[in-house]
This record gives sequence, structure tokens and C-alpha cells, in this order.
Amino acid sequence: MTAPVNITRRELARLITGIENGDAAALQKVKALHAQAGNAGAVVGITGAPGTGKSTLVAALAREARARQRTVAILSIDPSSPFSGGAILGDRIRMRELSGDAGVFIRSMANRGAKGGLANAAADVVAVLDAAGYDLILLETVGAGQAEVDVARVADTVVVVEAPGLGDDVQAIKAGILEIADILVVNKADREGADATVAALKAALELGEVTSGHHGLSLPAAKRIEGSRRMPLLKTIATQGEGIAALLDAIEQHSALMREDDALRRRRARQEILMRFRRMLLAEAERRLDDDALQQWANACAARAAHPDDAARDLLRGIFPELS
Amino acid sequence: MSSTRPLRILIAKPGLDGHDRGAKVIARALRDAGMEVIYTGLRQTPDMIANAAAEEDVDAVGLSILSGAHNTLLPRVIELLRSNGMGDVPVFAGGIIPDEDIPALKDAGVAAVFGPGTPLSDITTFIQAHTRARAEGSDPV
Repeated sequence: MTAPVNITRRELARLITGIENGDAAALQKVKALHAQAGNAGAVVGITGAPGTGKSTLVAALAREARARQRTVAILSIDPSSPFSGGAILGDRIRMRELSGDAGVFIRSMANRGAKGGLANAAADVVAVLDAAGYDLILLETVGAGQAEVDVARVADTVVVVEAPGLGDDVQAIKAGILEIADILVVNKADREGADATVAALKAALELGEVTSGHHGLSLPAAKRIEGSRRMPLLKTIATQGEGIAALLDAIEQHSALMREDDALRRRRARQEILMRFRRMLLAEAERRLDDDALQQWANACAARAAHPDDAARDLLRGIFPELS
Repeated sequence: MSSTRPLRILIAKPGLDGHDRGAKVIARALRDAGMEVIYTGLRQTPDMIANAAAEEDVDAVGLSILSGAHNTLLPRVIELLRSNGMGDVPVFAGGIIPDEDIPALKDAGVAAVFGPGTPLSDITTFIQAHTRARAEGSDPV
């Protein structure tokens, strides 16, 4: 175990801003802290459709963790407006009771156009929170549908939150966030239809032979928790704190096993490198894009004199000449 | 790069009144002006507001008060921000604040008071003008 880095709340807050803005000095600091991260905290992703009660569940988990003397950091992501680039970050509304507790650090973050349910800076911010020594790091995604699965790359444990009345049983077997779940939660379990939602999810899990492993990263069978135990499926009423202790137990059990898994760490590091590689590649290629050529192709395509696929390939050839 | 970064603004409602329509209108206007607005909801104590401002590393704090408690709550928030090392963060206020109270509030450090009927563009322009220097001077730890 490495001792947590000594950093004040204010310094931490400013460092996070620097990371979000891609400031060179902040990124240097992140690299310097890298060696100290990855030991202390359980990184738990909380994801699910809008309105399932993610923020309330996060607040309830944080309260339970505080009752167990754990320090907690919360990183909540909300979407940026695609039009203005602005955002309204409202997750603190549900976390009112936690404000002022020195053992809790809450940060709201806009996704700034990132597509996968997180913000590009989220992985680095989580690493910094981890290096700062928080025992439990709760990472709340934007309201996610079926394609926002980036949280699986960052979190040790992914909790997928469902609520009654959001969709039929076909929704439950579609590809997407169910496949990255390590723990499934039906929140708002006092609502009508909760039992039907639980039954549909159970049926979907049996259909897919989904066992609790590590979110879609296809652990070999022997590495699965306790052989082939079923994925935990828990009911909660976050507004009343019901089911929260059992959920935190399941989270702690799962994340402890995940963090001991060296092969998993290597797979995740590989994914993390690839994600950054793609981001850099895209930025670099766009920087070199010949804008005049793009405009000429656009005119031709708009007149139906060329196909966009040929246009894109030709522009790409301008950057990678060896391309066929 | 950092000169085009979105401004981060905390919008909070201190005190006990339960009406946040005005605060939400402001939040939306700031969002539409390209800012990232951290909205904390109702019944925030000055401690909660100062704490949120620090954790969220905001560039400005906007407080909406309809309860009449502005003469105590606003100076208290400013005092706490200063003791958190955030004395350079402008605090602006809106809601129901009588004109005769405004000079004392400004003496206490309130950067601006926007009464009912203030054009939203006045508020966004004010924030952009009063935060730019701080944002550009912001260097990470």
C-alpha cells in the first residue's frame, strides 16, 4: 500500500479543474500521482437511465459508507449542451446532507461532448481522487441508455440501476449497459411494477447465463467470483435508505476481488491506452485535415457527384499516403 | 485552450424560502451562454455554499434570496469564501432585495445585485466581464 498523497481540498479542486481543461501543468501532476493511485479506493461506477435515482442512490451509499468510517469521493457527470457547450450540473441537489462533511468530497462534471457516458477527464480525476486517499470513489455517469459503457473502463465495480416502469422485458435483453453490470439494482422498489422488473431482469440474466465477473471484459470462468455465482440483483429504496447496506456489502466484496486481479489490471490498462490512443489519433488527424479539400468533396457529395465514403478515404489518404 | 474553457458558476439558494424558479431561470440562461452551472437546490446554509464553491472550484457564486435574510446570509457566505482562500470569487445576488440594503451589501463584498426584471443578458455579461481575469490567471496546483 502506498500512503495517500497529502493534498488539501482546495488544491484537489483546482487540480481537477486543470485536468478538465487539459492544462499541461495539471497533466504533469496527474502523471506524478499515477504511481500512488490504484491502491486505496474502491472505484464504483453507478450508471442507468435518467430518472432511475442514481444521484439519490449515490448519496445513500455515501451516507452508509460514512457510517462505516470510510471516506468518500463522488464524481457526478451530467451532459453538456451540444448547442451552447454549457451545462446544468444538478446532482448536488440530492446530496445536500453530505455537504460539509470533511470525509466527503463531491465534484460535478460536464461531459463536454464525450459520448460514452463519462467525461474525457473522468479517468484522470478518479486516479487523483484515489491518490488523495478516498476509500470509496463513486462515479455517477450521465443518464445512460444502451451505449454509454465507458464507465466499465474506469470503475472496479459497475452498478447498473434500473427502476420499475421504464421498459418492457425486451429492453432488458438488448445489448448495452446490462452487459457491463457487476451488480444490478432495482431502485424505487416500493413503486408499482418493481416485482415485474426484478422478474424480467432475472429472466434476462438466466437467458444470457450472465455471471458476476468484471463487466463485459470476459473473465475466464475460474476468475469469476466464487465460481459462477449469479450476478447480485438487489432491490433498494434509496430515498428511505432501504437495501443500501446490502448493496454496499456487495460492492465492497466485488471491488476487493477485482482489485486483487492482476490480469484484469493489465486488460484495463490496455483498454485505457487504446482509448487515449484513439482520442489522440483523432485530434491529430483532424488537425492535419485539408479543409479546402474537405470543402471541395462536400460540394461534390452534396451534388451527388461523389460518395462520402470515397471523400473520407481520399482525405485520410492525405494524412496516411500509404493507404490503398 | 484554457482561455476558451467554460466558466463554472455556482447557483445556490441560501435560507429557508422554498421558491427556486428565479434561480432556475438564471441557471438556464448561464447554461445557454456556454457556462457550466452547478445548481445546489434549496435551503443551503452559508457553510454548504462555501464548501460547494471550494469543491467545485467555481469562477463565481450567484445567490438567490427571497426570504429577506440577505443582510445576514450574503456577508456570511462572503466571509466563508474568504476564509477558504476564495476571496477573489465574485458573489452576485438576485431575488427580493430592497434598494436601501444594496450599498451595505456591496460594502460587505457583494459584486452585484440583480433585482426582478433584470435582463438575463446583463447578468451573463456581468459574469463574463468579472470572471475573465480570474479564469485566465488560474493556474493548476
